[in-house]
Amino acid sequence: MQQPELIPHLFRTEFTKITAVLCKHFGIAHIQLAEDIASETFLRAMETWTYKGIPENPTAWLYVVAKNKAKNYFARAHMFQEKIAPELKQLTTAPSTEIDLSDKNITDSQLQMLFAICHPAISTEAQIGLALRILCGFGIDEIANAFLTNKETINKRLFRAREKLRAEKVQISIPDAVAIQEHLDTVLTTLYLLYNEGYYSESQDSIIREELCLEAMRLTRLLLDHDITNTPAVNALLALMCFQASRFPARKNEHGELILYQDQDPALWNQELIAQGAWYLHAASQGNTLTRYHMEATIAWWHTIKEDSSEKWENILQLYNQLLQLQYSPVAALNRTYALSKARGKAAAIAEAEKLGLTDNPYYYALLGELYQGIDNRQALQHLQTAQHLFKTQTEKQTIQRKINHLPTT
Amino acid sequence: MDEFMLIFRHQDGKKIASPEQMQIWMKQTMDWIGGIAAQNKFSGGNGLPFEDARVVHHDKVVTNGPFGEIKETIAGYVIVKADSVDEAVAFAKGCPALQGEGNTVEVRRIAKGDGTH
Repeated sequence: MQQPELIPHLFRTEFTKITAVLCKHFGIAHIQLAEDIASETFLRAMETWTYKGIPENPTAWLYVVAKNKAKNYFARAHMFQEKIAPELKQLTTAPSTEIDLSDKNITDSQLQMLFAICHPAISTEAQIGLALRILCGFGIDEIANAFLTNKETINKRLFRAREKLRAEKVQISIPDAVAIQEHLDTVLTTLYLLYNEGYYSESQDSIIREELCLEAMRLTRLLLDHDITNTPAVNALLALMCFQASRFPARKNEHGELILYQDQDPALWNQELIAQGAWYLHAASQGNTLTRYHMEATIAWWHTIKEDSSEKWENILQLYNQLLQLQYSPVAALNRTYALSKARGKAAAIAEAEKLGLTDNPYYYALLGELYQGIDNRQALQHLQTAQHLFKTQTEKQTIQRKINHLPTT
Repeated sequence: MDEFMLIFRHQDGKKIASPEQMQIWMKQTMDWIGGIAAQNKFSGGNGLPFEDARVVHHDKVVTNGPFGEIKETIAGYVIVKADSVDEAVAFAKGCPALQGEGNTVEVRRIAKGDGTH
């Protein structure tokens, strides 16, 4: 790998490891310090490698530099402590100067950081932002792009979140076995939303979108690497992610426009990811736990079979029936109604759809437009026009326009 | 928004349905509940199986099931969220149990525990 690609690549893989290990070492109060040392390490690499060439083992080089930088920091802190602290009497003893960058400590640290970041004291948005920064190595620009906002907002949000973690004195450790279940739920919600941020993001940058999803998957796999967090719910979530990711190559045309499920070419679906998903879903079904991720993953599995069959839609309908009892969401309510139209016919689905009353939701009208097609095309047209009016992005408006164009004019 | 319990009463709990008939009822009930949940109006619910059912009488005598002496049995319940008793009644009207002649669905407001009931 040549230098131009090498540094971004190493940044992705190593920045997060160095930050997590340093954070664990210094304590959560010093997230910023850990990030700074990791950033400085890469800055040094860029300066040095440009003139002296790339070292034989770039990763090891980075670790040595990061360790030295941390040591220097300790030396300065030590001096501060010797000379100034006795008068301030505020500082406790500095942590030991031995930084452990072994593989095991890296994965342990990343996992523990994940638990620390997903602390209920900070907002979900901030949790996702911190996870992207510290565990996925995203730049502030990229995070701002993913959230469709600007750098200042993200900087402020991350700053407040770090302050909050400091104030709460959050420990970087795995909660004990009893507390883990409850805490794990928050972690899974964050990973689920992180994935969705990529999968459903309105950001135009498709590379960032896919990377968000892949990072969410990497972090979920990290949970499976540890016995204590290798639970049915985690397996189910990863299965869901695999099934959805399998359709990445089929979801966009050459102009970057979204291709709807029914128009996708199944030959482009990634069979390896589908097989992996099935494996994790099987692992998720060992035991008595049934979570929303189980149901969503099973629904996603049925969608890996392109052909319509009554068995397929009956199963999807019943899974949505259960999912909605466990956790209501407008999207699930709309999807359930679509499944109902496939399993019980359009008339039954229209009756149910009109009870949903999601009158500020463009997808609601898009669904009604779909259901009325062939039954009452004038009604269908009206609903599609309402949907088009309510949709915000150009891509969605165009998708609806294509549907309008295909509507029979009788 | 208030919570209402819809209680399904079967006229004759002894009647044994065919597995096919039970399958159909189950699907209908799941669709009915799913439809309520899709409106974010579902709070909870359960079937009350007859297996292992017992009746404890006032003299502490325990009998094997409630369906030996009375004709009417309670088969299950759901709890829904509704703005009014009329809305709860509208949900009840969709209950597949009503297909059985003589069956009823009783609609009861759930006390809030705030002293108003």
